[in-house]
Parts: sequence; structure tokens; C-alpha cells
Amino acid sequence: MHPALQGILTIAVGVFGCVGYFYLSNLVLDKVIFPARGPNIGRNLNRANLVRPWLFLLPAILALGLYLAYPVFETLRLSFIDRDAGGAFVGLENYGQMFSEPKFWEALRNNLFWLLIVPAASTAFGLVGAQLTDRIAWGNIAKSLIFMPMAISFVGAGVIWKLVYETRPVEIEQIGVLNAIYLALGGTEPQVWLTIPILNSFFLMMVLIWIQTGFAMVILSAALRGIPEETVEAAIIDGAGPFQIFFKIKVPQIMTTIVVVWTTITLVVLKVFDIVFAMTNGQWETQVLANYMFDKLFRANDWGVGSASAMIIMLLVTPILVWNVRNARREMR
Amino acid sequence: MADLKLSEVGKTYGASVEVLRHINLDISTGELIVFVGPSGCGKSTLLRMIAGLEKITSGTLEIDGITVNDVPPAQRGIAMVFQSYALYPHMTVYDNMAFALRIAGKTAREIDEAIHRAAKILQLEPFLDRLPKALSGGQRQRVAIGRSIVRDPKVYLFDEPLSNLDAALRVATRIEIAQLKESMPNSTMIYVTHDQVEAMTLASRIVVLADKGIAQVGTPLELYERPRSEFVGQFIGSPAMNLFPGEIVGTGERTEIRLAGRGIAVSDVPSNGSDMGLKVNVGVRPEDLAATDGDYLYEGQVNILEALGEVTLLYFVPEEGRDPVIAKLPGIHDGLRGKSVRLSADPAKVHVFHDSRSLLYRQ
Repeated sequence: MHPALQGILTIAVGVFGCVGYFYLSNLVLDKVIFPARGPNIGRNLNRANLVRPWLFLLPAILALGLYLAYPVFETLRLSFIDRDAGGAFVGLENYGQMFSEPKFWEALRNNLFWLLIVPAASTAFGLVGAQLTDRIAWGNIAKSLIFMPMAISFVGAGVIWKLVYETRPVEIEQIGVLNAIYLALGGTEPQVWLTIPILNSFFLMMVLIWIQTGFAMVILSAALRGIPEETVEAAIIDGAGPFQIFFKIKVPQIMTTIVVVWTTITLVVLKVFDIVFAMTNGQWETQVLANYMFDKLFRANDWGVGSASAMIIMLLVTPILVWNVRNARREMR
Repeated sequence: MADLKLSEVGKTYGASVEVLRHINLDISTGELIVFVGPSGCGKSTLLRMIAGLEKITSGTLEIDGITVNDVPPAQRGIAMVFQSYALYPHMTVYDNMAFALRIAGKTAREIDEAIHRAAKILQLEPFLDRLPKALSGGQRQRVAIGRSIVRDPKVYLFDEPLSNLDAALRVATRIEIAQLKESMPNSTMIYVTHDQVEAMTLASRIVVLADKGIAQVGTPLELYERPRSEFVGQFIGSPAMNLFPGEIVGTGERTEIRLAGRGIAVSDVPSNGSDMGLKVNVGVRPEDLAATDGDYLYEGQVNILEALGEVTLLYFVPEEGRDPVIAKLPGIHDGLRGKSVRLSADPAKVHVFHDSRSLLYRQ
């Protein structure tokens, strides 16, 4: 069968399957198991309403259990055994081996840099973008342009930026924007940007900042619009200048939103994989934890160390996730 | 201490939307001026133009003899209290009041003294460390007022400060504002409201705005007793003034008008011989009408009767296309429902309008 047809068929089966499940299971519950008639009508209605939420949640619970909860425990188990030795329990040996590898520490260090820089830069640019685009006539066009990278996959973005950092021999015209600018500004040799340690990590971060700024801007722009105009006018009458109004009146009022945006981007950063994988694959000291895990699991086939590194990532993500969810809930109240 | 002078002030949005025009007004130190008018008449816009939040598109605004059209709000010596309080939600009451002073570069001691002085006047001392969200509506409004007081402005601007409060609190806060004004005899206040009770009770002078301009300026009782136009007559006072169409049949010291419904009205408003036969509207307030057995001004059948105990409101069966005549009689008259009643009025309280302008004010 043609792949496109297969795709359409899959979607149709999925959508109608879902609708069918909810409709039919509801019907069975109301008409067969606890029918709303007969001598026990009141009790039956109450019981049906008690069961209904679980009935509707069942598919999601099963799917999440299978694809999220089970893998967590399986990964935890894998991190304590040695597959090559027939699945023998080895305790913390895998972790020990991982901690002795310099590549792991490099990945951890790089992740820390990413963590410090990307959420901060994205949120800051997003905030500036939100404030500026709200004030100009063509703000909505600017906003769409800044938001557009959100629609590009990380791999796609990696490929686009690889072209920006592209290097050609000095005698050929440069197709990479960065080298073109560098030479135009008086550089002598075209640089192979992605191979320069430390600096190359920042070039990779640039890609994620480029993507996440749009997200931050859209959320923060909505928050900025929610600020009561009178508080700004009161500040004007109180004599505050534009910067004081922005930093002392506006930003504090949207602080909870800023924190939610910040932590959401932090979660993305902790899991960053595609960009590094597509652009450097962790070479030249650009390794990050997720890519390290992928390397170990699927290239070196070292399930023990791979799983151990996965556990480390989860350990780092969990507290931020909890905090984020809590903040988002408080925001909603 | 400040005199305000508005000369030919106007406001236009874009090229053609005119909101206000030809506003001329002198406000002297110590006055409490109230802007009233129907919604959309531009009263808040006028206040915001004085504050500097809206640009003045024509004319000049002077504060203490200095034209301030292009002076930024903070340097005009004004302070404003907003309808929604506009407190900074992330700052404590103390910081809310300190904000302007800190920007102005006052020392910590000066700020502290000013805040405690204001907090004492407004009974806010126990709440200085609280955030606005932990305060009641009335307390928030007092903080908003406190925020103005600490700046020691020349002119206080109030933009419908009581409309977010419930009825009981509104009365209490209104009295507080009146006392505050009492305690600061040298401060000038401009107050916008759509509530005529606030206007009547607080104002030293009321400015009635209508149709993009000023309909009348005067003390509350001037406006009540000698309205310049039908609009002012009907806008001030509740229920609104009744209007009866008629024709002048007698002139001189007193004017006699034969009304459409066969009644005769006599007014203390003088008229001259040439007015004979002039088509006029006679205005009588519901509270100035009294039941009579003799000569009557109006006769009609009571349609609806509202007995409030203190007074009884009679709504008469309306004539085709006109508002019903309303009479407010003191005491209880429960038996009048559905009956035919004749009404008369004291000539001193009968207003005469021609072309919707009062005959009292013509040259």
C-alpha cells in the first residue's frame, strides 16, 4: 500500500477508534452494566458516574503506563545489571564506570552551561521581543517571524544552522553566513566554527535560543497584555521612566509567568539531543548528556552505562518538573 | 496650592473623532471641582488630559500660570486616584506609597516620615507591610489616596474613586474624602463621577459636561435651583425633572404658561411682552409637585405607585411618546394607585425653557 494511504488509514483508525471507544464504552456502562431503570435506578446512576472517569481515563493510563512508567523502572533495573554477563546484578558498577569517563563529565559540564545560558537568553530575548512588538504597528508580523522557528524540528534547525556555520576553503566564496561576515570584518582564514572547543558549544546553544525565544515571547507577550494599564499610568504619574516602568512595574507583575517560561525551557535544555546529534554528534567537546546516553545505548551497545546516564538525566529533570507544574498551577489560580 | 486654567481645550482622536471642544474653566486653590455627565461625555478624558495621560489636541492648560500642555505628568504637580485603585500588586502598602518618592530621590527618612503621616490620616498604619491583595476594597482605595497624599501634590485628581466599592462603603469613603478635603484646605481637587449624590455632597462647584462641552458650571445648589438648560435640569436631581410642553399666555414679573394638558403653570421667571405665544417647556421637579384640589398644572391617572415610607413616588400614565410624569409626595399615600390626581407647584420652583435653554439666563 502507498505510504500516504497508510498514514491516512492510521489516522482514521486512530480517531474513529478513540471516538468509538468513548461512545461505546459509555453506552455499555449506561445501558448494560448500570442501567438507569429498574428498582436500583438511583444507586445505578451514582455507580455509573463513579466508574465513568476511570473508564475514560483508562486508555491514557494504559498508554502512559506502558510507554512512560514501565520504561522508567526498566531503565532503573538495566542500570544495575550487566547484560553481557547474562543480566547479572552488578550494583553501582555501571555508575562507577560512567563517573570514571571524562566524556561523561564533559557532557555534564556542557549541560550545565546550556542550563545557565539557554533559558536565560531565551527568556530575556523573549521578554524584550514581547515588549517591543507590542508597541509597533507591524508588531504582529515581527512576532510571527520570531515565533516561526518553533515550527521547525530541532534536526531541521540544526541543518539550517550548520549552513550558517559552513566552512569553504579560503579561495572559494563562503556560503556560511558566519564565515562571510568574519572575512568581511577582516578575518584572514575561514574558521571551522564547530570544531573550536568551548566556542562551538555556544554556537550550538544559539540554535536552541533561536527556537525557544519565540515560545518565550508569545507567552510573555500575553502576560504583559494582562497587566492592568492603570498601574502603568499610575507609575507614569509617579514619575517613573520607561525602564523603571518595565523593570519595577511590569516585570515583577509577570514574574510567575517568567518563572514558568524559564523552567519550561530548562526542561527542554536538559533533554537536548537532536541539535547536538545533527551538528557535531558530541565531537570537539560538545557532548551533552542526552547524546552521551544515545551513544552508549545504541552505538557502544553498553546498556548498563547508557541506562545509568538516563537515570542521571531523569534525576536532574524531576525537581524542575515538579517545581514547574506547581508554579503553573499557582498561575492558574 | 494651585490655580488651574483651561482655555479653549479640545480633544480629537485621529482626524475626525471629536470628544471635547471649547472647554473654558478656571479652578482656584482650595476648590473641589466635580465633573459629572452621562457616560461617554468625555469627563474622564478631560481629567486624563489634566493629568497628562492624554494629549491636549487644542487649547492650553495652565497650572499656577504656567502652560503645562507639554509637561510630563510627574512634573505637573498632580496626583491621581484611579477607579481601579491601580495599586502595584507586587509591592507592600509601604512600597506603593514610597514608589514615587524613591523615584524623586527623597531620603529614606523623608520617605518614612511622609508615609507615616499619610498612614495616620488614613488609618493605614496596621497595614503598611501588607500586599494590596490582602486588603479590602475600602482599604485599597485609602492606599491609593495615601499614595497621592505622600507626594504632596498641588492638584488631586480622582477618577470615579468610589464606583468599585459597595453601597455602604461608598458612603463611608465619600465622607472620608470630604473630611480629607476639610483637613487640606489649600489643596485643589478635581473629581470625576457619574453619581450625582457624590457630586452634590462633595463639590464646591460642579461642572456638568454634555455634548462635547460644558453645559453649566456652578455650586451644587445653583445647578439644582437654576439649571441653565433642560439637560442640566434633568441630569441633576433624581428622579429627573418633569417637562411639560406649553405656550406663554401671560408675561411680566411672573410668567403664565398654558400647558398642553389644559393645565396652567405660573412661574416666577420674568418674561416680556414679546414672549407672548412663545412655545416653551415647563420644568418641575417631582419633589416640587403637590396634590391639589384647586388650580392645577397637571392632571393624570396614577399608573405605578412606589411607597418608600418617607416619600411616595407616583408614576402617571404616560402620554404617547413621552416619559411619564413623576411626582414625589412626602409621606405615605397608598390609596392613590389608579386614581386621577391633580398636581400644582410653587411658582418659585417652576422652570421655563425655550429651545431647551432656561429663560432665566437669556440676555
